[in-house]
Amino acid sequence: MIRLAALLVVAAALPLQAVEPDEILADPLLEARARALGQELRCLVCPNQSIEDSDAPLARDLRLLLRERIEAGDSDEAALAWIVERYGDYVLLRPPLEIRTLLLWIAPLLALGAGAWIVLTGYRRNRRRAP
Amino acid sequence: MISETGHFALALALCIALVQGTLPLVGAARGHAGLMRLSQSAALAQAAMVTVAFAALTAGYVRSDFSLLNVVENSHSLKPLLYKVTGVWGNHEGSLLLWVLILALHGLAVALLNRGLPLATRARVLAVQGLIAAGFLAFSLFTSNPFARLDPPPADGLDLNPILQDPGLAFHPPFLYLGYVGLSVTFAFAVAALIDGRIDALWARWARPFTLASWIFLTIGIALGSWWAYYELGWGGWWFWDPVENASFMPWLAATALLHSTIVTEKRGALKSWTVLLAILAFSLSLLGTFLVRSGVLTSVHAFANDPERGVFILLLMIVATGGALALYAVRAPKLRPDGLFAPLSREGTLVLNNLFLAAGCFTVLTGTLYPLILDVLDEGSVSVGPPYYELVFVPLMIPLLLLVAFGMLSPWKKSDLAGVLSRLKPLLAISAVAWGLVWWRATDTSPLPAFGIALATWIAGAVVLNHAERVKAFRSPPRDTWRRMRRLPSAAYGMSLAHLGVAVFVAGVTASSAWQSEVIRTMEPGDSQEIAGYTITFEGAATVPGPNYEAERGTFRVAAGERHVAVLEPERRAYFVQPTLTTEAAIHTTWMADIYVVLGEAAGDGRRVVRLYHNPLVPWIWAGTLLMAAGGLASLAGRRPGRGTAPAAAPS
Repeated sequence: MIRLAALLVVAAALPLQAVEPDEILADPLLEARARALGQELRCLVCPNQSIEDSDAPLARDLRLLLRERIEAGDSDEAALAWIVERYGDYVLLRPPLEIRTLLLWIAPLLALGAGAWIVLTGYRRNRRRAP
Repeated sequence: MISETGHFALALALCIALVQGTLPLVGAARGHAGLMRLSQSAALAQAAMVTVAFAALTAGYVRSDFSLLNVVENSHSLKPLLYKVTGVWGNHEGSLLLWVLILALHGLAVALLNRGLPLATRARVLAVQGLIAAGFLAFSLFTSNPFARLDPPPADGLDLNPILQDPGLAFHPPFLYLGYVGLSVTFAFAVAALIDGRIDALWARWARPFTLASWIFLTIGIALGSWWAYYELGWGGWWFWDPVENASFMPWLAATALLHSTIVTEKRGALKSWTVLLAILAFSLSLLGTFLVRSGVLTSVHAFANDPERGVFILLLMIVATGGALALYAVRAPKLRPDGLFAPLSREGTLVLNNLFLAAGCFTVLTGTLYPLILDVLDEGSVSVGPPYYELVFVPLMIPLLLLVAFGMLSPWKKSDLAGVLSRLKPLLAISAVAWGLVWWRATDTSPLPAFGIALATWIAGAVVLNHAERVKAFRSPPRDTWRRMRRLPSAAYGMSLAHLGVAVFVAGVTASSAWQSEVIRTMEPGDSQEIAGYTITFEGAATVPGPNYEAERGTFRVAAGERHVAVLEPERRAYFVQPTLTTEAAIHTTWMADIYVVLGEAAGDGRRVVRLYHNPLVPWIWAGTLLMAAGGLASLAGRRPGRGTAPAAAPS
């Protein structure tokens, strides 16, 4: 039901062919950096797609912007910061660590810690019960 | 007339489910055998009625009965017969009917199998199933009736979304449902045990086959979905951490944990309370997934039923089922007899750690999926939680889990033997370390991480082989003795080896495909050639070819390795007649060690084409691995009947 459900609407966004030949930077090292950064950026009008995976015009604009910054000599951080400044945190597929995302980031540790605590107390109780 | 029969049968099924969900419970509480037996006849009757309803809707689709609203909205007379049938569940109403059908068939299985199940337990299990069925039947009848008529009927239908007209996707939903709904049986067993106040090895032996079966179906269902994404979406990705994918992945993680904890409950009478809780949570996560998708609360536009009324209904169902079961658990779980004893580094101990990491992983996925929703509700602005988040937090949780596999397989039950295990693992550690170094050097990567993935796969596969060899005393006793032991080994042992071998193959596939993919995106003229990963791919042109309900542009590509001809690949772009949708059909040549993956892009004038070429190493191993896991589950299932354990020979080594 779940995956299937997805498709009817996604269909509107298909075919999902993202990067066009005319966008690719001549320098393969710069292009590789652009690709990696593109995976971190959300196509703002798409359902959970990175700009690398989307063929929406906005995603293309963002890809071109990103490449402009990289060609201009920006570091990865500077290029991302430049885009975040204009489009907000929502554009980041990996949310920055701040107060409101604190729980999101520590959730795995919390789960692991709570689980470990339960397991340890279980063993301790067991040992007390053992002769 | 057929449709009215189906509609009536559905209504009747609801009445039967209500009886099935109440009277047997009263019977079990008062020790009234007649009322308890009623559960069986009710389950049979309910299954019969839902089958009639499903058959009626299928008939509507096959005969293209456009007086049915559901058929009009999702079918077309030109559609191939296969997709007319699979179109039955290619929409909200029909998929819900399939859900109810599978639920009823599971009830039938409980009623017919399990002859040795105590009458009261069976009555309770079937009653809980009946209550769940009643909820979903009411949902279907009152908010999503598949038999609504349309007057006057239109001349033809609106067609099924072309994306769904695909073999991979046609069978993806039924498998997922079999998995989701199968977890309802385990859930029912858990609730029955809580009412009963008793859980023992016998209980685990009855519940485990159903968990195993659902896990197999979930595994295949998820694999089918990701395989579809791989060949259809057109850039070689296969998992996107989309909320909708997460919705199916969370029950899988919970079911995997449950499988492992049930073993401990069955063999050692321990972890009872946790196993029951997991059984409740696993099904609750299935319901949560359903709610997330059906209600349309996700920022994902994945939901096709963006209907608040439906969302509220499922939310209520979830609150009643999960809340009720958890309340029962809170009251009853402390009364369960305390667990058996075992040492922290025994086989059971490693299985506890397995559950710890799987549960933490599941919780992480849950947090990532719900977090944007929660922030939104709290008016804290929007965040996106995408693949980079999961890669950073989920993957590190899985690495210790995968390392643990070897320890778990080689540890004895009940007592710790760390020194013994470590000394047996030493050669394996050496082999894995060599694999790590060798792959790192050969791949000339800057990061040692991809090579570590391969080492991890080697580690797991090595442990499987080592464990299996030890159990049949390979090379340590005469070949005839080894052969005898191999035949005597219970199929569950083969199941375990196969499934974990599948994990190793899967890990290798995931690692290689994500680290060492080659890609070329360019414009090609007919006659142009392009090198990729040692292959030469020549574009020979594109032509228009007709399909049954679409028109395709088909490109022809010749693949050669040096002078040797390898394959002709024909990717397509299809334009469907009724719904103005383009789909891409990638053409894939697989050598099992890698896929050559070709996508035909837009026309660029003068017969030139945008073309995407990929070389995806070890990608087939991802699905081979999942298939092995499912096969392992099947082998394990084959060795047992509900209520009977494995043969005495299964005594753990």
